[in-house]
Amino acid sequence: MKTDFDTLGTLALQFLIMSLFAIGGANAAIPEMHRLAVDVMGWMSDRQFTELFAIAQISPGPNVIIVTLIGYKAAGLAGAFVATAGMCGPACVLAFWAGRTWERFKHAPWRMALQAGLVPVSLGLIAASAFVVALAADHSILAFGITAATAVVSYATRINPIWLFAVAGLLGLSGLV
Amino acid sequence: MPETAARKPPSASENPALFQLFLAFATISLYGFGGVLAWSHRMLVEERRWLTAEEFNELFSLSQFLPGSNIVNLSVVFGSRFRGARGAAVTLLGLLGPPAAIVTVLGVLYVRFGEVAALRGILAGIAAAAAGLILAVTAKMALPLFRRPIGHAPFVAVAGFIAVGLLRWPLHWVLLALAPVSIALAWWRMPR
Repeated sequence: MKTDFDTLGTLALQFLIMSLFAIGGANAAIPEMHRLAVDVMGWMSDRQFTELFAIAQISPGPNVIIVTLIGYKAAGLAGAFVATAGMCGPACVLAFWAGRTWERFKHAPWRMALQAGLVPVSLGLIAASAFVVALAADHSILAFGITAATAVVSYATRINPIWLFAVAGLLGLSGLV
Repeated sequence: MPETAARKPPSASENPALFQLFLAFATISLYGFGGVLAWSHRMLVEERRWLTAEEFNELFSLSQFLPGSNIVNLSVVFGSRFRGARGAAVTLLGLLGPPAAIVTVLGVLYVRFGEVAALRGILAGIAAAAAGLILAVTAKMALPLFRRPIGHAPFVAVAGFIAVGLLRWPLHWVLLALAPVSIALAWWRMPR
């Protein structure tokens, strides 16, 4: 795959910014990744984004690994590296600093307000993420059914998601999803 | 030396070596299909006994609150507490290195075989299930916020959902507007 320096620069800059605004983990930034990769930059189609998301879900490792796939699809191996480093860099520096200073502010009122204030923000982002992924993935009755059933089972039980993915993948193999 | 600043938890008999830290987080990452958090608890608290359950909870709540991937943050904070900057680098590398290599191979295969109908079907099924999983997480997170007395939190969450999910506005602009408002409301409503 060709090395495109404009694309690499965009990947680096966009994921550096996203890193600091992903309040609530990598899943909170899925709508932003979709907006960037599909709507703004046109690196992939809606369907391809959904497929990469699915691959990231069944790969071992943290959810944030979808960034590596987006980078790879956009600009090859260099893109995979740049996107991953960008998404983890600023957040890691912040975590390193916070890990060393945070205990000092354990009972500070501003810290509690900060923490309490960010919970509903991250909830809104995760909800948006569920909506965006469902919108991209559910094009048939069966797909919609899989989403609904997975939501209920995962909410009500502590089953390992890998089993739900296995069942959903087999249903998908039927070609009806 | 970064080591001198590292905090030694009471549960640990001695600080683990860098290689052990790498190995622990690589294992967590590779076993952690659909739930890296559960594995990190099992490894750090139950198997290696590097943290007590309370220490783990504290570490996790900090990691969750910081921006970015929760488990990535946890690995950095954990590594830095034991072995300073080098510890953080090693735990991060252990957590992200192996899965990044695997997922890159999958990416290569996808670019080559992504149009095969059977594969497309399987991935479509998995994506639909993944949407359901995030829905379940949303419901679990939302439940405590809608208990009485209902504060500002549901309104903030709904505003964030509309702006990012429905209107598809850029994430950073939405957060720069919404987060300060939400934090100010939390401050104002805080019992003092």
